[in-house]
Amino acid sequence: MDPRLSIIEERLKDVKRVIAVAGGKGGIGKSSVSATLAIVLARAGHRVGLLDLDICGPSTHVILGIKGVYPTEDKGIVPPLVHGIRFMSIIYYAGDNPSPIRGADISNLIIELLTITRWGSLDFLVIDMPPGIGDPTLDVIRFMKRVEFLVVTTPSKVAIETVRKLVKMLAELGIPITGLVENMKMPSSLGIGQSLEPLGVPLLGGIAFDEGLEQAVGDVEKLAESCFAQELTAALRRIIDERGGESHV
Amino acid sequence: MHEWALAEGVVATAIKVAEREGLREITEIRVKIGELQQTDMEVFEFALKEIVRLQSALLRRARFLFEHEPAVLKCRVCGTEWAFKDALKKLDEEQSESIHFLPETAHVYVRCPNCHSPDFEVTKGRGVWLESISGEK
Ligand SMILES: [Zn+2]
Repeated sequence: MDPRLSIIEERLKDVKRVIAVAGGKGGIGKSSVSATLAIVLARAGHRVGLLDLDICGPSTHVILGIKGVYPTEDKGIVPPLVHGIRFMSIIYYAGDNPSPIRGADISNLIIELLTITRWGSLDFLVIDMPPGIGDPTLDVIRFMKRVEFLVVTTPSKVAIETVRKLVKMLAELGIPITGLVENMKMPSSLGIGQSLEPLGVPLLGGIAFDEGLEQAVGDVEKLAESCFAQELTAALRRIIDERGGESHV
Repeated sequence: MHEWALAEGVVATAIKVAEREGLREITEIRVKIGELQQTDMEVFEFALKEIVRLQSALLRRARFLFEHEPAVLKCRVCGTEWAFKDALKKLDEEQSESIHFLPETAHVYVRCPNCHSPDFEVTKGRGVWLESISGEK
């Protein structure tokens, strides 16, 4: 028996909501959404954790300009508090090096991270997921019983097609989907509402392509004030305004 | 894996098994420990003692037996097999520390000695395994 599996739920017992930010493919701004959501939640007064599970391409630390901080050891690993966020990522251990990890080892690494990390008491744990429905997505579903998914897509047909598969799988497994966010919305786009409507997932809102976002990478102040953050806040108003004391059903 | 997390996991799993099997008392827990995570046995045993102390009578008299398994790596590209302890000699303290916390980061720092590929599997000596639990009903 793997002794790690008995402890993951225990690690999350004081976390009120676990929100996995996922998408069907790469390059849709999933990491920007995760990182910005964490910042917006922290600034709204919530206790927030951010877990970067994009093992082969972690990037939330770049978006948030996180460097020079490390977890501390205290009967496990306590993630450092940066910009008001408890931040955990493979980068503490892999540094700037590539992490060529695959298959069962990806699962082992995710189990390990979930086992050693002591989040403490949180209102929200935001997880930046790698794209698609591979091992990490299945692992998160397997090990984090209370996870809900926030699905990100762009108006591109390819992105919508892949997100449709993700949503279908989540629905089949009975995993709650908080809703869809349309990123890089273009003025001409008809909106993805229609094309994804049959799936029955609520479209929470759209975020226009923000040219200023690239300028804000690595600068939390700029990021928090960007149009991107404002539109994301509008789209996720219901989540962000949730009273800390209320439990999620 | 970090020793405390590991110890917590071992105790929690043992309790689960004892409940499932209807054991009144656990007398022996056998744990197999892979070399890859370089578990500090002193810290691990101390953590186990501390955690057991907080537990019910179920575990008070339990004896822990440890079996250590050396880690063997096998290249997926050229088939070369080598011992983790040989790879370890080439790593600095920080790299070896990273592997201690997250064993899979071995793929970040270790390369096949023959073809330099990072694409290898850990065929032996990865992970920690609860081998068996004995007790009295
Ligand atoms: Zn090789």
